[in-house]
Amino acid sequence: MIGLAILVAVAAMALAAPLLADEAGLRAINTTQNPTFASPSEFGPLGTDSLGRDVMTQFIWGSRISLLVGLAATAIAVLIGSVVGIAAGFFGGWIGGILMRITEWFLVIPFLPLAIVLAAILGPSVENIIFVIGITSWPQPARLIRAQVLTLREREYVDRSRALGASNWHLMTRHILPNVSPLILANTTLTVPIVILSEATLSFLGLGDPSNASWGQMLDDAFETGAVTQEAWWYFVPPGLGIMLVVLAFTLCGTALEEVLDPRLRDKRR
Amino acid sequence: MSVEPAPAEPTREVAPLLSVRDLHVTYPSAGAGIPAVRGVDLDLAVGETLGLAGESGCGKSSLAGALLRLLPRGTEVTGDVLLDGENVLTMKPGRLRAVRWTHAAIVFQGALHSLNPVQRVGNQIGEAIRLHSRGVSRAAVSKRVGELLELVGLPARRARDYPHQLSGGQRQRVLIGLALACEPRLLIADEPTTALDVMVQAQVLRLLDDLQQRFGLGIIFITHDLSTLAEVCQRLAVMYAGRIVEEGPSDEVFEAPAHPYTRALAGAFPVIGDPAFRMQPAGLPGDPPDPRYLPSGCPFHPRCGAAVQVCSSTHVELWPAGPDRSAACVHAPGSPVPV
Amino acid sequence: MTGAPLLEIRDLRVEYPARHGVARAVDGVNFEMRSGEIVALVGESGCGKTTLARTIVGLQRPAEGEVRFRGKPLGHDRRSLRDHRRAAQLIFQDPTGALNARQTIYEAVAEGVRIQQIPGDEEALVADALARAGLRPPERFFTRYPYEVSGGQRQRVVIAGAMVLNPSLLVADEPVSSLDASVRGEILALMLRLVRETEVGMLVVTHDLGLAWNVADRVAVMYLGRIVEEGGTEDLLTAPRHPYTRALLSVVPEAEEVERQILTGEAPDPTRIPSGCRFHPRCPLVESGEAARLGIEERCRSEDPLFVPACHAVAA
Repeated sequence: MIGLAILVAVAAMALAAPLLADEAGLRAINTTQNPTFASPSEFGPLGTDSLGRDVMTQFIWGSRISLLVGLAATAIAVLIGSVVGIAAGFFGGWIGGILMRITEWFLVIPFLPLAIVLAAILGPSVENIIFVIGITSWPQPARLIRAQVLTLREREYVDRSRALGASNWHLMTRHILPNVSPLILANTTLTVPIVILSEATLSFLGLGDPSNASWGQMLDDAFETGAVTQEAWWYFVPPGLGIMLVVLAFTLCGTALEEVLDPRLRDKRR
Repeated sequence: MSVEPAPAEPTREVAPLLSVRDLHVTYPSAGAGIPAVRGVDLDLAVGETLGLAGESGCGKSSLAGALLRLLPRGTEVTGDVLLDGENVLTMKPGRLRAVRWTHAAIVFQGALHSLNPVQRVGNQIGEAIRLHSRGVSRAAVSKRVGELLELVGLPARRARDYPHQLSGGQRQRVLIGLALACEPRLLIADEPTTALDVMVQAQVLRLLDDLQQRFGLGIIFITHDLSTLAEVCQRLAVMYAGRIVEEGPSDEVFEAPAHPYTRALAGAFPVIGDPAFRMQPAGLPGDPPDPRYLPSGCPFHPRCGAAVQVCSSTHVELWPAGPDRSAACVHAPGSPVPV
Repeated sequence: MTGAPLLEIRDLRVEYPARHGVARAVDGVNFEMRSGEIVALVGESGCGKTTLARTIVGLQRPAEGEVRFRGKPLGHDRRSLRDHRRAAQLIFQDPTGALNARQTIYEAVAEGVRIQQIPGDEEALVADALARAGLRPPERFFTRYPYEVSGGQRQRVVIAGAMVLNPSLLVADEPVSSLDASVRGEILALMLRLVRETEVGMLVVTHDLGLAWNVADRVAVMYLGRIVEEGGTEDLLTAPRHPYTRALLSVVPEAEEVERQILTGEAPDPTRIPSGCRFHPRCPLVESGEAARLGIEERCRSEDPLFVPACHAVAA
């Protein structure tokens, strides 16, 4: 429940960004008047950065990017993962074999080098970040989903449906999918934090989109422009805390969801 | 292994091996709790076989668990369970552990999950032995395990097998061997032949019969299969909704039931060769009651073909229904309720 | 009962790969059945009866041999299978497992209607099927989930789901073994009624001989993939001819006058079928020397009795 509360707060902040802070404040050209690295006591609730931009504004607006990337990339990862997982689990045989080899291939490749290479090739932009993270995160859900589909496939009601004349498509969509969706949902909420951290990592390494202030980007800027040595804690602590809170929130929600949707709980009601 | 002389007829003057008085088992739940067993009295003499028949929800498995205090924590168990004179329900944990398996043991259903799937069966039997005898050498345990397996009709070398390598019937034998590991006087068999084929079931029943003769065991045989009980047991008790509704010598109860439920249950097992059962499936309407929502008066009255007006309001008890027989029905000969 | 057989099976063999070798679950079965008839297929676990049942409804492919339904051989392409499934339905052993816990009862019964695109008002069809299966008033069950009703009612839902397609053949695999004893009678009575009303042919697969006595017109006894004896229920169960049938009947708990013939061991697994008569290693006639006295012992060990009853002693 705490997780949900945090998430709702952050989401509200992200959505209400235009109301809370003036976007203009993000553009460096507009802030030349502001003092640079001003502490919170001197200027604004969170001070300013090296270019005089209001940190609070960046924090609020940055939440948008972080959440957007988090959700979008997760959506891609889970979508690919679900399709591959369900297909591999349901069909088995050589189809399953090929799909699993592909999955394992992706799993084995270390995320960071792959992400760096892809980001370098494709160029820094939010869309590319989403794409990169999406296609490197799908193997994990795929394996989990496949494992559960393997057990679901043997259930008697699948047999009964087949006896009624159901096609494979019908079986997968009307019986397998509804019964594997709790797992998918729980897995989604647990994947989002991983994705957000990945985004932060990439941005921090300089592969993100410098024109869009995500929290990761803020951390990158902070370090690059020497906020640490300047002891301008208000620049890197908020984004760091923000990431941590959102990750925590999703994880809490995810574990709670898993408990709620656990089929054993459902069976006990009989 | 010592062979006690088995009494030819179970003697009732000697103190009973097991004596249960007013046993109640209530599972915790929001509100009042779920009454699985609602006041059961039982007696078992040394060397006697008692059959306990009933369907799902009647409380027979809860009863079995209560006898050795094996029910989940938080379950409320009241009454007396006197095993050889000692009350199991008031024993201290140390004494209870010592008594478990050495005085009374349970034979579970031979399903795949009654045995640890990742442990060899020999080790599992050995574990029971080692838990109850200090300082026994490995060789001695091994030897005893071999003896037990041979006793139940399995070659000793099967001790090295894992449960999944054995068939259902073989697993059941292992469980019987496991139960006999510490030479108990009482065996509680909870649905031991339910999942088995009729031929394997016959083998296991014959085994139990042999073992009982050899060691003078008292056996409580719990099942829903009334016809098996009539075979194997001297006495029969039928449970419904947490209470015993009929009790008596097994052949009499099976052939001339005094309680309508027993009659219906017996009718559900067709006698091959008897034309009365051809194309006449006999069953009861409705379902066994939920222990949380029991009907008023006699819990069986909504499904009973012989129910009369008073049945829904009378508190029924076990009343005499013949010499050494009783039935909890207003129609029983000894019932004080006029019908 | 009409003229041509509803179901004909010729030399059927169904195999599947097992850990060591190939399991010949169904090893040469010949069988016939008519509409309006109830046949009990009895045998112990591993005899192949469930595999045979599944092959009849098209859930499994035979390695050899033929299944003919209403005179036409059963094809295994998608189209033929789908049509066949409308005509031959399977009732499962465990009604709880056979129903998707996330589907309402309405959905479970309507599923067949939708897959097979049965014309007519879906709701009316579902209501009718539920009512015929004894769930009245049917509307009350539409929005319920399987876990909200009892085991017996769940089995009725499975039966309704099968009957809604108006099949000509119903194959019931242990239809009542997972239900409480007092509830079984009702379900069996329902099945009997459906057969009498709709002339559907019913094949009941079970290990329970008492059940066969209760509801079957004919009985076929299976052992290790073959039908070893077949005949009218009354004759077969009161005067069995094959030693295996005799042994089975002798150990049924209600059998009193007959001496128990408890066979040793369990049925060998289908990957290692004995040579000659597959029953000879456990046959009481061989063990007691009776086979030798009849002079057929050599034949029992080496010749596979391809006739029914599958016993050289009977044939002699």
